[in-house]
Amino acid sequence: MYNGIKIIIGLLIFAALVTFPFYSKMGKATAKPDPKVDTPEIQKLAEKKCVEPKEFMKTEHMKMLNDWRDTVVREGNLIYVSSDGKKYTISLQNTCMNCHSNKKKFCDECHNYSAVIPYCWDCHIEPKENKT
Amino acid sequence: MGLLLSFFVVIVLVLLAFGGVEAANLQYLFGIIIPYAAFVTFIVGIFYRVVKWGRSPVPFRIPTTAGQEKSLPWIKQNKIDNPSSALGVIVRMAFEVLLFRSLFRNTKTELREGPSLAYGSAKWLWLAGLAFHWTFFIIVLRHLRLFTEPILFFVPLIESLDAFFQMGVPLLYITDVVFLMAVTYLFFRRVLIPQVRYISLAADYFPLFLILGIGVSGVLMRYFFKVDVVGAKELTMGLVTFNPVVPEGIGVIFYIHLFLVSTLLIYFPFSKLMHMAGVFLSPTRNLANNNRERMHINPWNYPVKVHTYEEYEEEFRHFMKDAGIPVEKEE
Amino acid sequence: MAVQPKVPKGISYPDELSKVDYKPPEKAWMDTPVVLKPNMFCWGNKEKSLKAVDFPNARAWSVADEDWKLPENWKEIFLEGIRERLDKYRTFRLFMDICVRCGACADKCHFFIGGGDPKNMPVLRAELLRSVYRKYFTGSGKALGKLAGARELNIGVLKELWYYAYQCTECRRCSLFCPYGIDTAEVTIIARELLNLLGLNIEWIAGPVANCWRTGNHMGLLPHTLRDTVEMFKADLETITGVKVDYSFNRKGAEILFVNPSGEYFDPNGNITFMGYMLLFHELGLDVTLSTYCSEGGNFGFFTSNEMAKRLHSKVYAEAKRLKVKWILGGECGHMWRVWHQYHNTWFGPVDFLEEPVSPITGTKFENAKSNKVVHICEFTSDLIKHGKIKLDPSRNDNYIVTLHDSCNVSRGMGFFEEPRYIIKNVCNNFYEMPPNTIRENTFCCGSGSGVNASENMELRLRGALPRANALKYVREKFGVNTLANICQIDRAALQTLADYWVPGVAIRGVHELVGNALIMRGEKERTTDLRGEPLLGKEGGENV
Repeated sequence: MYNGIKIIIGLLIFAALVTFPFYSKMGKATAKPDPKVDTPEIQKLAEKKCVEPKEFMKTEHMKMLNDWRDTVVREGNLIYVSSDGKKYTISLQNTCMNCHSNKKKFCDECHNYSAVIPYCWDCHIEPKENKT
Repeated sequence: MGLLLSFFVVIVLVLLAFGGVEAANLQYLFGIIIPYAAFVTFIVGIFYRVVKWGRSPVPFRIPTTAGQEKSLPWIKQNKIDNPSSALGVIVRMAFEVLLFRSLFRNTKTELREGPSLAYGSAKWLWLAGLAFHWTFFIIVLRHLRLFTEPILFFVPLIESLDAFFQMGVPLLYITDVVFLMAVTYLFFRRVLIPQVRYISLAADYFPLFLILGIGVSGVLMRYFFKVDVVGAKELTMGLVTFNPVVPEGIGVIFYIHLFLVSTLLIYFPFSKLMHMAGVFLSPTRNLANNNRERMHINPWNYPVKVHTYEEYEEEFRHFMKDAGIPVEKEE
Repeated sequence: MAVQPKVPKGISYPDELSKVDYKPPEKAWMDTPVVLKPNMFCWGNKEKSLKAVDFPNARAWSVADEDWKLPENWKEIFLEGIRERLDKYRTFRLFMDICVRCGACADKCHFFIGGGDPKNMPVLRAELLRSVYRKYFTGSGKALGKLAGARELNIGVLKELWYYAYQCTECRRCSLFCPYGIDTAEVTIIARELLNLLGLNIEWIAGPVANCWRTGNHMGLLPHTLRDTVEMFKADLETITGVKVDYSFNRKGAEILFVNPSGEYFDPNGNITFMGYMLLFHELGLDVTLSTYCSEGGNFGFFTSNEMAKRLHSKVYAEAKRLKVKWILGGECGHMWRVWHQYHNTWFGPVDFLEEPVSPITGTKFENAKSNKVVHICEFTSDLIKHGKIKLDPSRNDNYIVTLHDSCNVSRGMGFFEEPRYIIKNVCNNFYEMPPNTIRENTFCCGSGSGVNASENMELRLRGALPRANALKYVREKFGVNTLANICQIDRAALQTLADYWVPGVAIRGVHELVGNALIMRGEKERTTDLRGEPLLGKEGGENV
C-alpha cells in the first residue's frame, strides 16, 4: 500500500466509529425495561384494564394524551369514551397517574431506554412517589 | 430502463421483507441474520475497496489549483484553495468533505442569442446535496438511541434540537422533512434535466430509490404505523451485544425498514456510494501544491530512453560549428 | 470596430456555428455509435513520426478509413494497458470508481458549451472509458453488462475513445467543479496512453514529438536555424530600439539556462514575446544562455504518454548539468509549466546538481522553486518590478486596451494568477478583467490545447473557443479591449485565428511583448514604434519608421 499508514488510520477511525455500539457494551446484555403495573391502586381493581387495550396503549399513548390535552383545553370536553364504550374522566394526574402512580417505574423506564423526553411534566405536577 | 427497474427492485425488496415477516414468520432472518451479514459486508467491503485503491500509488503531485499559489512573499497566496502545506490541505479537505466546496462553485451555463454566454448561479445541487448528506448523518446519529444503553449524551441533545418546533406527536424531526425533500429533489433533477437523465444509469437510480425507501419507511414507522419502540430497541441492543433476540410484536414496517437499510449496507461497498471514502483519497484535492519546493516521489519512476546531447551533437555538429555554436568535440 | 469575421474554409458563419442544441438525443448514448465528423478531428499520425520514437504499430493509416490497421490482438493490448495503469495510477482507479454522475461538470467544458455533443460532457467522456473498465474489471459489469453501465470493447468503441480523447484539451476545468476532484484531464491522459499502445495518435502531436526527439524542439528547428532566427530578432530590435542585444547559445558556465517554447521562434506572435525576453535580459545584463539541444520548453510528449513526456524533457536538466548553470528560467508557456511544475521534480529529482534559484538582480530567493530549481519568467519579472530594478514606460502600450487570458494549465495546474497581472498593470495603462466566471481558476481553455491546435479540426477549435471568445467580446464591447494578453504559446499561436472569427479586432499578445514595449533601456533611441513596428500612440507618422 502507498500512504498506507494514513489510509489504515483513516479506516480504523471509521471502523472504530461505526462499531462503537458493539464494543461499548463488550457483549454484555443490557437490561430491558420492565414497566410495573403492580401499584396498590391497580391491585385494588376488579378488572385490571387500562382505558384501551395494552397493545394499543403501547404504541399510541403519546398520541392519545396529546388528543386528550387538546380535547380538554380547546374544547372543554372532560369525558373520554373508550373503544368498548366506557367513560373516563380525561385527566393525566387524576385518571392515568391515579393507577400508574409509579411514574419512575412505569413511565420513565421506557422513556429513558428509548431517549424519549415527554413534555407532560413541563406543565403537570409530577406525582409524589413512595420511595422505591 | 434503469429507472423503472431500480424502482421495481426496491418494491420487491419491500415485499420480500413484508412477506417474509408477515407470511413466513422469518423475523429471525430479517431481524438478526441479514443485519449481521449486511454490517459485516459493509465494513469488510469498504476496507477491501479502500485498500485496493491504496495499493495503487500516487505517482504525481497533481492538485487542481483553485487559487493563487505560494509565490513571492508579497503575493497573497490562497492557502485553502491552493495549499502548500499539510495544514492547508487539511483545511481544504475539511471544506470539501464537510461543506462540498467544489460543488459550491457550480454555475449554470446559458447560451443566448448573439451568441452570448451567461453563467448563472446554480446552488441548488449544492444545497440539496449538502442537506441530504448532513440530514442523513444526523439521522444516523439519532439512531444511536437504539444502539447505546445508557444512551450517549449527545443523542437526546440532537433529538431535542431536531424536534425544535415541537410539532405533532411524536415530535416531528426537521431532519426527516429536509431529508425526504432533498432526496426527492435529487431524484427529480436526475429525471428532469435532460443531460443528467442522459448520463444516468441504474446504479444512479437504485440507491436513490433505496434511500428514499428507507426514509419513507422510517417516517411511516415513526408517525403513522407506530411500532413498539422498546421492542425494537431490545432487538437492536441484542444485535450489538451479541445476544440476539426477536421480541414479539414489533410491527412489520420495522422489518421492512431494517431490510432496506441492510440492503444499503450490502450495496454500499460495491457501488458509487464509495465516493464517501474516495473523496479522502482524491489526489487532485488531498495534495499540497508544492512540487517545485518539495520533491514528490513516484515509486515506479523508471529510467527512460533519452536522446542524449552527445547523439544530438553527433548529428548536428557541422551545423553548430558553422553557426558558431560551441561544441564538445571538434570532430 | 465593425471588423468582419475571418471565416476559415469549410466553416459556417459565427451566427450559424453558435446555434448549439444542448438537448441530448432520445437514444441512449451506448446505442449511439460514434460518427467521425470532418473538421472535428485531427489527421492520424504518420508512420515515420511513430517510428522516430520507437512507438508500437507504426504504419500508414487514415482516420477516414474503415480499417485502422490495428494489430490482431489489439483488444488484449488495450485491456492489458488498462490493467497496468489501474495498478500504477490511484487517480485512474479512483476516478473509474467514484463518479456519481451528478452532472456538475457537464456544462463546464468548453467543447460541450460550444458544440453540444453530449459525449463532450466531461462525465460522459469519462464514461466512455469507464464503461469498458466496468465490463472487464468489475464484478457488477461482468455480471450485469449494460445494466451496470458496462459495454464490450469493440472497434466502434475504440474509435469513439480516440475521437473524444482528442476532443479534450486536458484543461481541468471540470475537475474544479467536481465534488470529488475527478479530473477528466487525467482520464484523457490515460486514454491517450492506451491509444498510443495501438499506434493511434494524431500527427499534430506525433510529428512535434518526433521533431523534438531529434532536434530538441517541436518545430524541428536545427541549431543554425535557431541562431539565424535569433540573429534576425536582434537586427529587428536594433532597428526599433537602437540597442544591440546580446544572446548566446549553449554557453557553458552561464548562471542561468533559459528555456522557452520553440513556437516563439516560429509563430509571429511568439516571436515578439521572445524579443521581449531578449530586451529584458540584455538590459539586466543577465548571465543567461539559450540551448539548441534543449530548445523546447513545451512537451507534446505529455499529450502522448507519461513515458514520452519524460523522454523528451530529460534534456532540460541534462543540458543544465552539462552547461554547469546554477538554475533554470522558463518562458511563457502553458502546458510546459504544468509539466515543469507538477511532474519535473518527480521525474528527474533530486536536482542536487543545481543551486536554489536566486535572482542575481534583486537577491530574491525563489523559495517556492527551491527543490526543482526552475523559475517562471513572470515570477522573475514581477520580482524585478517590485524591487524597482527596471524602468518602464507603460504609455508605450497605450495603443493596447488589454485583458488577460489565464491559460488553463498554469491556472489549474499551478495557480499562477497574480504574477502576470502585476506585470501587465505595470507595463500597460489600460487593463480590464473579463467576467469572473471566465478568469483565474474558472478560466476557459483556448480550445486548442493539449496538441489539438491543427487546422483540419478547425470547427472543433472554434467551438471550443466560444466561451473564451464570448468573454472577450464582452470586454471588447464594454471597455473597447483590443488586446488579449496571455502567457502561453499555444494561446498565441491558436487564439488569433479563433479571435478573428469570433471577436474580430482583438490581437493576441504575450505578456513579455508588452514588457518589451514598455522597457526603458540604457542607450536606446526614442521609440516611435512598438516591437511589431507599429507606431506608438501619438507617434503616428513619426520620423523614422
